[in-house]
Amino acid sequence: MSDPRFHLALRMGDNSLILAQQNSKWCGHAPTLEEDIALANVSLDLMGHAQMWLGLAADIEAKGRTADELAFLRDSNEFRNALLCERPNIDFATTLVRQYLFDAWHLEQLGLLCAGADISVVEIAQKAFVEVQYHRQRSSSLVIKLGDGSEESHKRIQNAVEALWPYFGSLFENSDNDHFLFEAGIPELPSSLRKRVVQQLSADCVQSTLILPDSVFWHKGAVQGHHTENLGYILAEMQYLQRTYPSSNW
Amino acid sequence: MSIESPLWEVFIRGQHGTAHRHVGSLHASDAETAMNNARDVYTRRNEGLSIWVVPSNQIIASSPSQKGSMFDPSQGKIYRHPSFYDIPKVVKKI
Repeated sequence: MSDPRFHLALRMGDNSLILAQQNSKWCGHAPTLEEDIALANVSLDLMGHAQMWLGLAADIEAKGRTADELAFLRDSNEFRNALLCERPNIDFATTLVRQYLFDAWHLEQLGLLCAGADISVVEIAQKAFVEVQYHRQRSSSLVIKLGDGSEESHKRIQNAVEALWPYFGSLFENSDNDHFLFEAGIPELPSSLRKRVVQQLSADCVQSTLILPDSVFWHKGAVQGHHTENLGYILAEMQYLQRTYPSSNW
Repeated sequence: MSIESPLWEVFIRGQHGTAHRHVGSLHASDAETAMNNARDVYTRRNEGLSIWVVPSNQIIASSPSQKGSMFDPSQGKIYRHPSFYDIPKVVKKI
């Protein structure tokens, strides 16, 4: 039985890393200059979190691996990010809604970790929490405006919510290791956040005029390393350089 | 985008006690978005402690064609500068 904090740090780190990688593809391509910079900022924040979480995972594992090695030298079945993070960008609405759903979960999850007993986890969570407060405010503000915007913007945001919903639940999936988190000072399971987060999203819907799907069918398996095929493409691009020129540095 | 959002002017205050300075402009559909965009575009390198955003069309600007009547009269009036007084040594900044 390995340290449950290792799995927690890996999961937090992988979520941020993969979403950062996905968002960064918009750099230079977003609909407006302001949005372009804002998306890149969010990406960089998440990349910073990934560096801290994977650094912690590497420390706990104590097998001599570094955060960089965890990021660039693992295969897709070793990644523990939620399926939502690896969904393709498709269009701006999908990218925005993916961020919006993620931020709602992320803020609650970090709030939970801030109240934990393990100082190394608490320190990272507190630093990330401040940044994610802004992410949540920004993405919900945009989703509310576009949801309650023109006929076209409403349709695109609503479609994106429906397309991403089956992958959203992946963030709340418990793994076998999570049942040992209590001993590591984390009082609640990932699944316990689901109700609270969905309640918050429902509250936004009053303004956004969006309708959350009532389906509770959610794709599972990411906590065991079962991913959609898209993660393979993401890693192929992200890891190309380290794989082609092992240990290269710049 | 085919329909451009309105233009806003951005003012940032760097440190306590100093004034807000004009740093540039941006496009945004409303005030809240303008504030978020200003934060994202103009404070990435820890430039600010406070932001003002103002709709550009709310700014009343002097007209370049009236430059002469506006500014010429203040030329050549050196007695308006406080340069004819001896400043006591104890005064560090003026």
